[in-house]
Amino acid sequence: MAKYPTEPLKCWTKAKELRKNFYRNFDQAHEKGGIRWMGSAWALDAVTCGLGRDVYCITGEPYGASCAFNRPLSARFLTAAENYGFSRDLCSYMRNYWGSILTDEYAFGGKFPKADFAFTQHICCSHAKWYQNACELEGGVPLFAIDVGAGPYPPFAAEMYEHRVRYVAEQMLDAIDWMEEITGRKYDDELFLEGCWNDIRSTHTWAKICMLNRAVPAPLDEKSIYSLYVFGTLQKSNGEFADFYEELLEEVEDRVRRGIAAVANEQARVMTDTQPPWGFLGIYRHLETWGAVSIGSLYTFGLEGMWLYDEEEGEFLPRPMPGDKPKTREEACMMLADWHLSKPEYQHFYHPEYKTKMMDAIARHWRVDGIILHYNRGCEGLSTGIAENRLGLLERGHKVMTYEGNMGDEREFDEKAVTNRMDIFLESLGLKRPG
Amino acid sequence: MIERFREWYENRHEYARSYKERTGRKVVGFFCTYSPEEIFYAFDVLPVRILGSHEVQDVTEPHLFGMFCPFCRDVLAQGLKGRYEYLDGISIGQSCLHLRQAYTSWDIHRNPGWSHYLPMPSHVQSKRAVSFLVGEYRLLIERLEELTGRRIDDDDLRRGIDIMNRVRRVMKEIYELRKDDNPPITGEEAMYMTCAQFFTDAREFLPVAEEVKRELTTRKLDRDPGKRIMLVGSENDDVEYIRMIETLGERESVGCTVVIEEHCTTTRYFWDEVELGDRDPLTAIAERYVLRTPCPSKDWPVRTRLDRILRFAKDWRADGAIVLQQKFCDPHEADIPFVRKHLQDNGIPTYFLEFDVTVPAGPFAIRTEAFLETLEAEADLF
Repeated sequence: MAKYPTEPLKCWTKAKELRKNFYRNFDQAHEKGGIRWMGSAWALDAVTCGLGRDVYCITGEPYGASCAFNRPLSARFLTAAENYGFSRDLCSYMRNYWGSILTDEYAFGGKFPKADFAFTQHICCSHAKWYQNACELEGGVPLFAIDVGAGPYPPFAAEMYEHRVRYVAEQMLDAIDWMEEITGRKYDDELFLEGCWNDIRSTHTWAKICMLNRAVPAPLDEKSIYSLYVFGTLQKSNGEFADFYEELLEEVEDRVRRGIAAVANEQARVMTDTQPPWGFLGIYRHLETWGAVSIGSLYTFGLEGMWLYDEEEGEFLPRPMPGDKPKTREEACMMLADWHLSKPEYQHFYHPEYKTKMMDAIARHWRVDGIILHYNRGCEGLSTGIAENRLGLLERGHKVMTYEGNMGDEREFDEKAVTNRMDIFLESLGLKRPG
Repeated sequence: MIERFREWYENRHEYARSYKERTGRKVVGFFCTYSPEEIFYAFDVLPVRILGSHEVQDVTEPHLFGMFCPFCRDVLAQGLKGRYEYLDGISIGQSCLHLRQAYTSWDIHRNPGWSHYLPMPSHVQSKRAVSFLVGEYRLLIERLEELTGRRIDDDDLRRGIDIMNRVRRVMKEIYELRKDDNPPITGEEAMYMTCAQFFTDAREFLPVAEEVKRELTTRKLDRDPGKRIMLVGSENDDVEYIRMIETLGERESVGCTVVIEEHCTTTRYFWDEVELGDRDPLTAIAERYVLRTPCPSKDWPVRTRLDRILRFAKDWRADGAIVLQQKFCDPHEADIPFVRKHLQDNGIPTYFLEFDVTVPAGPFAIRTEAFLETLEAEADLF
């Protein structure tokens, strides 16, 4: 029974159009004389902006998710990767991506568009290895990866040591020289400064959008959030995406003002963790039949959104934007390095306790009744420490359920077993089984 | 004397307890070979590596998701079972995500009162890595000052470098002897040696290793060495497995000797020395860890391991290589197709063996026997 008014997002069509254009631009880049590059969703993509406005990228994680959404296609890609000799317990995004290269098939139609170079970052063991292998499978594409595993950000470290920020920033400076060399293009600092600010703008705005989901009823459900957070994973430095997030922020603020719910019968609020099993997003609709809305997760909030954890208050708030825009290449590199080293989803790579604290803050401030952890066999990086997160959240008094699955390999997800488990959990939260 | 290595390996905890009693020194457990032992020695702190015990166990289930490697679960089990209760501290030099979790779960549940995470760079091919690591070493030194209540100077660091370089050198000299047609030391014994070094004070290990080296020059083993095998891959200190395959020849038609390995318990750990010269010792130590044979998780953008693996295979005249991977070990999994191809393209047959240190080694030995038979078949054909 509807408890709150609901309505579709007005910007939904625009979101779909932007995403479609992004993948088409990558595919058609060479026809327009442009450049194509591949890299991680966490790549510091602003660094590539200085090469020109006709430089297009594909980021492996959202691409892998798109493959996984199409289960028969994904099965072909995964098989191709395994036939090559890659183990099936490796990152499933990565295997979908490699399989796409090996079958020469683009998930959006046609042949797989080969990149001119690879530019990525490395914090998970798989990141740089992913593109090292992709470069080899594509016949010898040049690769530059930036190590961002420089240590946790305060308050999880006593301070942000200058040598840590400098390490990341100097790798960016080296990357710029490398890009000039391999593309033969003159690097334009003005375009870089613009991209840098767009990155900061989009990742800050996304955090502000997620803050609005503290409202009851929640204006956004996590299944919709997946379609919106993706722009940060596609290209944070893209001006159109940063503008879109500002537009989206206004619309979500309006929804909160008017009490528009994502789930009309919201009776309980849950949060999740790590990527969902992309081929089985129906589990979120299943939650809704019980009157449960998934308000998001540290994953959807903090994969690209920029936040700071306040140790004293146990608060989790959007990180304020820097007061001034950067004026030089060096300043921009230092600013971007410092900005990205505070990424919430980087912190658990150093200790699960940091993630538990942030999840606890979300659970309390977003008024969550239960937490659903996806023990994700497809992602070693985001599953790091997840068992300790479970214990830590239970100790803090939260109700937690887990299910095992895989974000990008349908063979490792049992839909029926998972929904049965969810039913029991939702019943334990006091919800009534839908009639 | 060679027996001493096995005794140290098997009685690692008794050694550490008695060491503390007789020296009064602190003992710190480290989880990965990216911990700079030189700096610990500079403080007169004994660094001991935490390895597993190869037992079936279930205590880690609530703490570690089952898709992480059996080695890291085994290492965590050691802490949860209180096997290293004598430690004064724990530390990790940032390595793979698997082992990091063993460390962080220790930190949560078995922190002995001092714990330090060292963000060892992954982009070791970057010219920025050394200065970053020096910055991290300075933070480590501050923490070790807290642990020990003492300060160190460059002479202490030089002493630490000298200690580690000398044990590395003697082990390399012993490895040279494995090039013989009938090596005077088996792979099992060599594994005991390299792993014993993890648990003993290098200053006590060194004279024994020197003596063993002397003994080996005249030692003749009464066994058929069989096929010369190289082991390549993940962490491996499974001496039982090596013993089983090296004694196959006593029971089966094929036998072998492990003549060389590329593991983080063996050559990746000790092969490279600190090149001190007249430079700042902290920078020299950092360079050593940045330039050493990398774990595959740090071997990018260029896959530098391949040439060293091949050189080992050629120099030690391996008939075949067993590419051994701890189950779920992502860094190695990402490299394995390329490692195998590189060896095979250069005439070294390979066999892929997915490994689990917590299950009995028998089936792995049977699979290895099958591989040895294929090597025999190739010899027959040509």
